[in-house]
Amino acid sequence: MRTIDVSVIKESIKHMCIDANYNIGADIQAAFHKSLETETSPIGKSILVDLLENARIAGEKQVPICQDTGMVVVFAEVGQDVHLVGGDVKMAIDQGIREGYEEGYLRKSVVADPLNRVNTKDNTPGIVYFDIVPGDQVKLKVALKGFGSENMSKTKMLKPSDGIKGVEAFVLETVSLAGPNPCPPIVVGVGVGGTIEKAALLAKQALLRSVDDESTLPHIKALEKTLLEQINQLGIGPQGLGGKTTALGVNVEVFPTHIAGLPVAVNINCHASRHMEVIL
Amino acid sequence: MQKKRINTPMTQETVKALKAGDQVLISGTVYTGRDAAHLRMIKALENDEALPFDVEGQVIYYVGPTPAKPGEVIGSCGPTTSYRMDDLTVPLLKKGLRGMIGKGERNQTVIDGMKKFGAIYFAAIGGAGALIANSVKSSEIVAYEELGPEAVRKLEVIDFPVIVVIDSEGKNLYETEREQYATK
Ligand code: SF4
Repeated sequence: MRTIDVSVIKESIKHMCIDANYNIGADIQAAFHKSLETETSPIGKSILVDLLENARIAGEKQVPICQDTGMVVVFAEVGQDVHLVGGDVKMAIDQGIREGYEEGYLRKSVVADPLNRVNTKDNTPGIVYFDIVPGDQVKLKVALKGFGSENMSKTKMLKPSDGIKGVEAFVLETVSLAGPNPCPPIVVGVGVGGTIEKAALLAKQALLRSVDDESTLPHIKALEKTLLEQINQLGIGPQGLGGKTTALGVNVEVFPTHIAGLPVAVNINCHASRHMEVIL
Repeated sequence: MQKKRINTPMTQETVKALKAGDQVLISGTVYTGRDAAHLRMIKALENDEALPFDVEGQVIYYVGPTPAKPGEVIGSCGPTTSYRMDDLTVPLLKKGLRGMIGKGERNQTVIDGMKKFGAIYFAAIGGAGALIANSVKSSEIVAYEELGPEAVRKLEVIDFPVIVVIDSEGKNLYETEREQYATK
């Protein structure tokens, strides 16, 4: 049995909230450069150049890439041989968010009640998922989710007979309807299978993979490739002003499902795709 | 492409001269306002109360910046998605608002209002908040301070980079350009 104090978790969450907001991922940066080679729209190209410049300024001045510094989603995989001490782990995670958003000069974008809408002023609570896994480590994954892109996400219960074509059509329809709203170039996370909430969760987890990552399942890897090609033929382009660069990547996650169903969720993320992980 | 320079407040002549697709650098005053501030302004108009600033000729930027770090004028300040302000826009256009800066589509009601009253919809680059902050030279809260990031701020900007997406004739770059680059 390994003992971990929850204050260590708090510190990690705090640092990841700040770091991920200031420093763009190497995968996104590489994807910008790659897109610059293929983009044919002059406005599109100039936007990609500006986004690279934006990332450079943010990293240099240590300020947020984007003003929507997101709602914090945390995936905590806790080894079953770990004993967490020093307090309530969920409170520790929220405290990490609170300190990160205050000390990092990040925007507080959370309201306490979805209908009364009073800002909690510290960006808490975070959305926390715990998983118990073998081993004596704790893995923390953090995603800082902007809502311009979150608002364009969708779930649909397809029929089993809709099959892979149905999945493709739904993803394309979702991206097409989103148009310029989620700040393209976007990253698309797709969850297929499970139940309605499982599909949505898979889509979110898909966004935690690196943008150039490929599925280990051959048929899903092929689906990711087809979807990326089809999305980039829609013409939406950087910021929706036309071009070949609508998405930087598509990640698909699958899970067993019921004989009667084919749940699909599409979680859209913007180029400000901010996520990080740490193993304690 | 040659960028056009304009100053705010905007005259009707400036509005007429701007066309969808123009890349523009704005200098002058720009007011910030997003969801909550719009709700309050519309409520004020409904109750025949004064707006927190005279909108005649002005430009509103849909943004909720991050807090400024010590020594900085403003935090990161890229645009937020505009459609959420669609139902709260025409009364402001009627009062003389001539420009809006945001990102994403507007509905037909807004476009019709822009044609009728003469206004421009500009897009700033979504997610380029650190870059955009460089063109903001001063920032002062003028109303609704309790709304935090959603308070109305008066910004003085120099060469604030935007693109005309919808002009005062209703020409919409989101529609025309996407069509052009789509593979059929
Ligand atoms: S959609 Fe993403 S890039 Fe655009 S404003 Fe929101 S968080 Fe920023």
